[in-house]
Amino acid sequence: MTDTVSSSQTSVADRPRYDCRNAYVETLAELAHENHRIVGVVNDSVGSSKLDAFKRAFPDRLINVGIAEQDMVGVAAGLANGGRIAFVSAASCFLTGRALEQIKADVAYSNRNVKLCGMSPGMAYGELGPTHHSIEDIAWLRAIDNITIVVPADPIETAAAMRWAAEIEGPVFIRVSRMSVPVVYPEDYRFVPGKAVTLRDGDDVTLISNGTVLWRALVAAEQLEDEGISARVISMPTVKPLDTEAVVQAARETRGIVTAEEATVAGALGGAVAETVSQNHPVKIKILGAPEFAPTGSAGFLLDRYGMSPEGIAEAARALIT
Amino acid sequence: MTALAPDHITMPVFHRLPNAHRDEQIANIAEAAQQIRIQDLKLVHYAGAGHIGGDLSAIDILATLYGGVLDITPETVDDPERDRFILSKGHIAGALYVTLAAFGFLPVEDLATFLKPLSKLNGHPNRNYVRGVEANTGPLGHGLPIAVGHALSAKLDVSQRRTYVLVGDGELQEGSNWEAMMAASQYELDRLTVIVDRNRLQQGATVRETNDLEPLDQKATAFGFAVVEVNGHDHGELLDVLSSVPFRPGKPTFVIAHTHKGHPISFMSNNAAWHHKVPSAEQLELALDELDANDHRRGET
Repeated sequence: MTDTVSSSQTSVADRPRYDCRNAYVETLAELAHENHRIVGVVNDSVGSSKLDAFKRAFPDRLINVGIAEQDMVGVAAGLANGGRIAFVSAASCFLTGRALEQIKADVAYSNRNVKLCGMSPGMAYGELGPTHHSIEDIAWLRAIDNITIVVPADPIETAAAMRWAAEIEGPVFIRVSRMSVPVVYPEDYRFVPGKAVTLRDGDDVTLISNGTVLWRALVAAEQLEDEGISARVISMPTVKPLDTEAVVQAARETRGIVTAEEATVAGALGGAVAETVSQNHPVKIKILGAPEFAPTGSAGFLLDRYGMSPEGIAEAARALIT
Repeated sequence: MTALAPDHITMPVFHRLPNAHRDEQIANIAEAAQQIRIQDLKLVHYAGAGHIGGDLSAIDILATLYGGVLDITPETVDDPERDRFILSKGHIAGALYVTLAAFGFLPVEDLATFLKPLSKLNGHPNRNYVRGVEANTGPLGHGLPIAVGHALSAKLDVSQRRTYVLVGDGELQEGSNWEAMMAASQYELDRLTVIVDRNRLQQGATVRETNDLEPLDQKATAFGFAVVEVNGHDHGELLDVLSSVPFRPGKPTFVIAHTHKGHPISFMSNNAAWHHKVPSAEQLELALDELDANDHRRGET
């Protein structure tokens, strides 16, 4: 990466796309080489988490409990009790839905050093439908105390967030996207928990996004610029704790905020931003996300359907300030 | 009702006697169990809440673990190589706190804060506030998976440290236990011991009437465990069995400890009504008299 994000000679949309699971497995293997305490814990999800190579490299350090998510998270907490750093790797829908109470009691409330990696989150499973979609994970976990929630936007941020998670002691949830995304961060990007990254400055309207939708927000800003609207783009990789300062500043300095994410419109990033704005500096907000159990369709189709194509996000911004 | 105060709970501190003769160890455990019962009854009476039935069901097991089985002392409570005890039936936190106090992990006077506003002694144990607590349990079916995880960590470390988890029998209706038992067997965790407090009662009815577990021994065997049945109120049997694991190399152990909820108080024993009933002043007096009489009888034999 040599071009900076704010230079718009080439659109973000034209860059090559990557599946963040590859960065995930490469980083996990690197971390495991560096630190013998690191282990993987899976619910039969070796293939879907792309962990076959990890299993070959560290056969004893990939704990597969079978299709048993409650056990998987409890086992991870027990491994942490024994001094290990467990990276739990499972489809986000099953990890968070099936083992929510274990995440709450065994990991967050017990303050165990467990890293929960929600694979293929949001609507990544597309046509497999709402049973396999994980639009609720962020809202569910955001209601739980003592767990950091990270939604990386590209392979660089996925790797950086994992490195940070391995270094700190305590519960972390990281979403690992399956839907391919272009790189939006420079190679030397360092993840700072709880901090927003302003990827593009602007003073008419603010777009706050993360995960697979962030690049779409950047393209929306390019389109808005072409029509003379200056859009600030804030990347918000940490949904909890939220960078409230960046949000309030955006509320003060621009005329409205659009949030856009591959998650439910109830209580995820949009909810967090709305809670902050409404209590500190009320401005108009539009929350883009999934409002329902989605009909059949690919993840890309569904994001577009819910107003999160670049054009859709630009339209929401336009409507907010005109 | 008088509020719980430090002078209500007074108790000598007991020690593990790992090198003592078996009879001496058993006498030490019996005395500790007696003291824990007395203080626990007072704890629940004065605090005005608690789970006295389940407490009394498990106290002989707790006293045996801390008095003769677990390689943990107040000095080694943070040692990575310590044995682990996970209380899965977290609602008997009161019994765990009194046991931890009896063995010097917790100042005895702290017991007077049980359930009071802002006390570290919550109705369910919190490891971040109470030394010696390994997991924040309370919702049922959580301890066994955590124990499997710890036993896995010990195996990865090629460590001899052991893992014990106490589960209620009603608690085994939670499916997570059976998930964890399959994994324990798959990974051949033979330094893991599951102790079932088999008092045959759950909150308001018998286990059999609710969702029967029988044949429990055959189920545990089928899930790959070496199964042993003991009298859960006999310190000698408990000590021998819990100190002798594994019974079969490569197999985790499943100890079915036959107990009575409310043991040994005549009007509480085997009576589901005492799941979380609070003894009145008069009932406390009666219960303490019964314990005193038991103590005399034991002294005479």
